[in-house]
Amino acid sequence: MNTAAVVFSPRRVAAMVLRYLYLMRSSWPRVIEMIYWPTVQVILWGFISKFFATNSWWVAQAAGVLLSAVLLWDIMYRSQLGVSLMFFEEMYSRNLGHLFVSPLRVYELVAALLTMSFLRTLISFVGASLLAIPLYSFSIYDLGFPLLIFFFNLIVTGWAVGLMVASLVMRYGLGAESLAWVAIFAISPLTGIYYPVSVLPEWLQYVSNSIPSTHVFEGMRAVMIDHTFRFDLLSNALLLNAVYMAVGILLFVQAFQAARRNGLLLQIGE
Amino acid sequence: MEDAIIQVRNLHKRFGEITALDSISFDIAPGTITGLLGGNGAGKTTTISLLLGLLLPSSGEIRVMGRDILRERYLALPRMNFSSPYVDLPYRLTVAENLRIYALLYGLSSTRARIEQLGEELDFSHLLKRRYGQLSAGQKTRVALAKALLNEPELLLMDEPTASLDPDMADYVRRYLTAYQQRSGAAILLASHNMTEVERMCGDVIILRAGKVVDRGTPAGLIGRYGRKNMEEVFIHIARGADGGDDAGRVA
Repeated sequence: MNTAAVVFSPRRVAAMVLRYLYLMRSSWPRVIEMIYWPTVQVILWGFISKFFATNSWWVAQAAGVLLSAVLLWDIMYRSQLGVSLMFFEEMYSRNLGHLFVSPLRVYELVAALLTMSFLRTLISFVGASLLAIPLYSFSIYDLGFPLLIFFFNLIVTGWAVGLMVASLVMRYGLGAESLAWVAIFAISPLTGIYYPVSVLPEWLQYVSNSIPSTHVFEGMRAVMIDHTFRFDLLSNALLLNAVYMAVGILLFVQAFQAARRNGLLLQIGE
Repeated sequence: MEDAIIQVRNLHKRFGEITALDSISFDIAPGTITGLLGGNGAGKTTTISLLLGLLLPSSGEIRVMGRDILRERYLALPRMNFSSPYVDLPYRLTVAENLRIYALLYGLSSTRARIEQLGEELDFSHLLKRRYGQLSAGQKTRVALAKALLNEPELLLMDEPTASLDPDMADYVRRYLTAYQQRSGAAILLASHNMTEVERMCGDVIILRAGKVVDRGTPAGLIGRYGRKNMEEVFIHIARGADGGDDAGRVA
């Protein structure tokens, strides 16, 4: 059997992952950028956290809540950027025409984008979280198993938003590129990163609760402040993430089909 | 034509109000080099994009190697390939990295050997470690050609394969493609503005104007039919509409 004709080929996914690894390796600013922002965030919020630890009874009760929040928030942000930016690379290099006349299928490209997003996010997160240990004597790894659950859910939310952004850019061109930088910040005030959802007006809490990451951040505070793991929040996050991912993939595939209808695959570029 | 490698039937493509292709039909026989001629906007690139499945038709049927390209595209794609100066490879990757990725995408088992072989045949072995973006136009063309030949395609679609090349390099590419076709028995469909190229390489020519097939034949046959000295004169004659367009769609 011709291996190029198989329905889903891990080899083709690996080829695309390799393509993005080559790209990263070829540009040191890209590697620096992965570590730079989370490091800046950790330093900034670490000192804010230190300040609140002596001035706020709430934060003082759970040292590291803010630092955990910023580290977890960065997972989602990096994950979204990882998907969007890797896809933009194909558009910048006007390579989509070649890719899609090869046996590469659209969902294999999606799998490669998600894999690269995972690797980039992991590098960012590990770098920043290890930095917090000597600087603030704070280890997010003390969260234990829940950290894995939080990491998984946030990365999936980031994937979904990243695919939605990539879909819009595939449909409307690189003029919509700035969405990659602003999309996830648009939901940041609503998702309860640094404060409980109960702070928000009641009507806005409905919006907030429809975002998967809200349940992760609430779950994080439950673990750190109340020392309980909330399975109800976990199931909410998983369910919402399933819906978000389905919508993200659907939009990406639809944008691809629209590009095929409109002849954009040979034209998309800078 | 029962054994045609490409069968196109009543292919129609609209972009909003604009008709890019107007119910064209043609067959391409295996083992031939066919030229797709036409002026700017005649529908050449649209036709090639539709044959590759990069573009969806408004209506009509395309079969490539017996496969319906709308439904079974992925069964045909591993056996075909494409090259165009208007579609790039990633600039920051080296030549070897670019080719390795495509070799993997096409499921080649011995990627290194194939890349080295093509590097020798197309004389770019010394460029394998250089970034694609640092190559000259001629070097890029050779690498893009290597990418298009990685999987030893039975059908090769080429959009202006010698555009932006100097005469020496253009001649080299033409000779290489002709030799590849003779050696492999592959079919090549090439869209071109270069009439010398078409006369020299193609045994069969399809002429498009305003999204319609207006004529078809061998270069010698077309030159004789229009009473011209060469294909360039035939092209100008047809492109300027001297033919009146009454022959549209007469070729099936």
